[in-house]
Amino acid sequence: MAERYKLTQDALSALFEALAKDGRRILAPTDADGRTELNAVTSPDQVSKQYLQTILSAKETVFPKVERLLSYTTEGGKVDLKDAQPHALPTVLFGVRPCEAGAFKALDAVFNWDSRDKFFNARLEKLAIIGVSCTSADEACFCTSAGGGPGDTQGSDILLTPVQGGYLAEILTPRGEAIQALAPQFFQAGATEDKEAVLAKVEKAFDREALTAKLPGMFENPVWKQQSLRCIGCGACAFVCPTCVCFDIQEEADPKKGERLRLWDSCGFSLFTLHASGHNPREVQSARWRQRIYHKFAYYPERYQQYGCVGCGKCTRACPADMNLKEHLVEAAQAQ
Amino acid sequence: MESLKQKAKELLEAGEIKAVLGYARGTSDTRRPHVAMSALEVDKLVADQACTTNLANLLMKHEIKHLGKLAVVASRPSTLRSLLQLTAEHQVADGAILALVPAEGGVKQLGTAQAFEEHLALVPQKKTEKDQALLDRLKAMPRAERFAFWQKEFSRCMKCYACRNSCPMCYCERCTMDCNRPQWVPVPSHAVGNQEYHLVRAMHLAGRCVECGECGRACPVGIPVHLLTFFAEDSVRAQFGQGGGASATIDNALSTFRPDDKETFIR
Repeated sequence: MAERYKLTQDALSALFEALAKDGRRILAPTDADGRTELNAVTSPDQVSKQYLQTILSAKETVFPKVERLLSYTTEGGKVDLKDAQPHALPTVLFGVRPCEAGAFKALDAVFNWDSRDKFFNARLEKLAIIGVSCTSADEACFCTSAGGGPGDTQGSDILLTPVQGGYLAEILTPRGEAIQALAPQFFQAGATEDKEAVLAKVEKAFDREALTAKLPGMFENPVWKQQSLRCIGCGACAFVCPTCVCFDIQEEADPKKGERLRLWDSCGFSLFTLHASGHNPREVQSARWRQRIYHKFAYYPERYQQYGCVGCGKCTRACPADMNLKEHLVEAAQAQ
Repeated sequence: MESLKQKAKELLEAGEIKAVLGYARGTSDTRRPHVAMSALEVDKLVADQACTTNLANLLMKHEIKHLGKLAVVASRPSTLRSLLQLTAEHQVADGAILALVPAEGGVKQLGTAQAFEEHLALVPQKKTEKDQALLDRLKAMPRAERFAFWQKEFSRCMKCYACRNSCPMCYCERCTMDCNRPQWVPVPSHAVGNQEYHLVRAMHLAGRCVECGECGRACPVGIPVHLLTFFAEDSVRAQFGQGGGASATIDNALSTFRPDDKETFIR
């Protein structure tokens, strides 16, 4: 267990200043027109006071919704091709929840699977995560069924847990140590506060490994159709998801110039698997919904020996049709 | 609520309908769409103030449309307005869908467009105070300020299409946004792509929007996208004296051509 320090609220302000002086951008949950969004901040006062989670996930910081991969110009039959360079700023992600901090590992599994993605890596290398433990949860949360927990340290470089008078700080990685080294005087050693006592209680809803073992045998189970009858086939769940990594490649061009862009895509869209022939292997919404579950709980563990869901519940909160992922996973786990 | 369940069971048992599309309990005291095909599923139906989704959208969904004859719980007037507009646009045959309207001490069963119109005459369409206030504020803004407002809002858009997919009038089998040979509208959710998408949608709905506000409610990032179509609807109403969802026999203001049109450019 990492040594625990006490960080007072004033010390946190001073730490923000030290980070800025070190040339780092701080992104944190803010209240923007009634919405909790990640935005650049300079002081802890700008951080949302009461938030469960941001609406969108923090994946944007390493995998933006639109990204240019290359551009070109053509003149007189000559093509001038330019590879795009990632615009990566040294960034500290402050205040993300342990579930989301743990999600970067799932993104990493795909972006560094068979080749190393330079755009993703350039950003990830400059990213440090100061997570904040959860002291409350809602009905959408199921981190404890997804291998995490409200005070889970995986993925954070420093994890803060709110306690009387400030935070309990756990320095977890060399990146965390580097942040501590910027202002070591603010981290008081020997903190004795009880971390477990303040954490939210999130009861385990299902056995993830048992579900994974069961999924290959229930591809044709009626449960997928029943659950997805009300699904409207939008991409809200995938776009707010911290681990959904599927992207589309679009070319925007005219006869003289063009660029190739990478953008978020969603398996919920009917267009996602539509072939040029007109055939669609996932013709109906139930097949797309099943794919979403299988990708996260069957194919991910099979291919990467880890899961593609952290139980943050963002998809459930964002869904216009109230597709509650936790509830549907419990149903799948119990289905005959 | 009990009379609704009772009625739904009777209709199912008599074989008059195959399924009831209504509401059931959802996450954290919300209500969610619910398809009931058996007495057991009917027991999950809920009818109260929290039932806010316009279910007409799901009536157009392939998997639901093909269940057979349907009854829809029309807790919201906009569900009936949607059915009228869909009938006017020949997407739903008059009499094809039964509407069950929870009412004082019972449930009203409406089976024809005429019955929908008569019922709607009793429940005037009204925007929420919040929507009306923001709409008034937007209308009062100088054009540049209004443009800046929408640009900021559109910058949050990620093109998840929750607005389109929750709209009962966005029933096109193949939306222009999904056509790529040729690609009419840029796919990426960058500034141009987002703006074109929302403006195309607003224009396509002008005169057809039933003002249910479902698109705005569906938006995960809280863009008041419904105000675009409300705005367009107000303009059409002012110019042509008619709006979406009022009648099952109306011609769309912006897509109907007559030799005696008052505009010369059209002739």
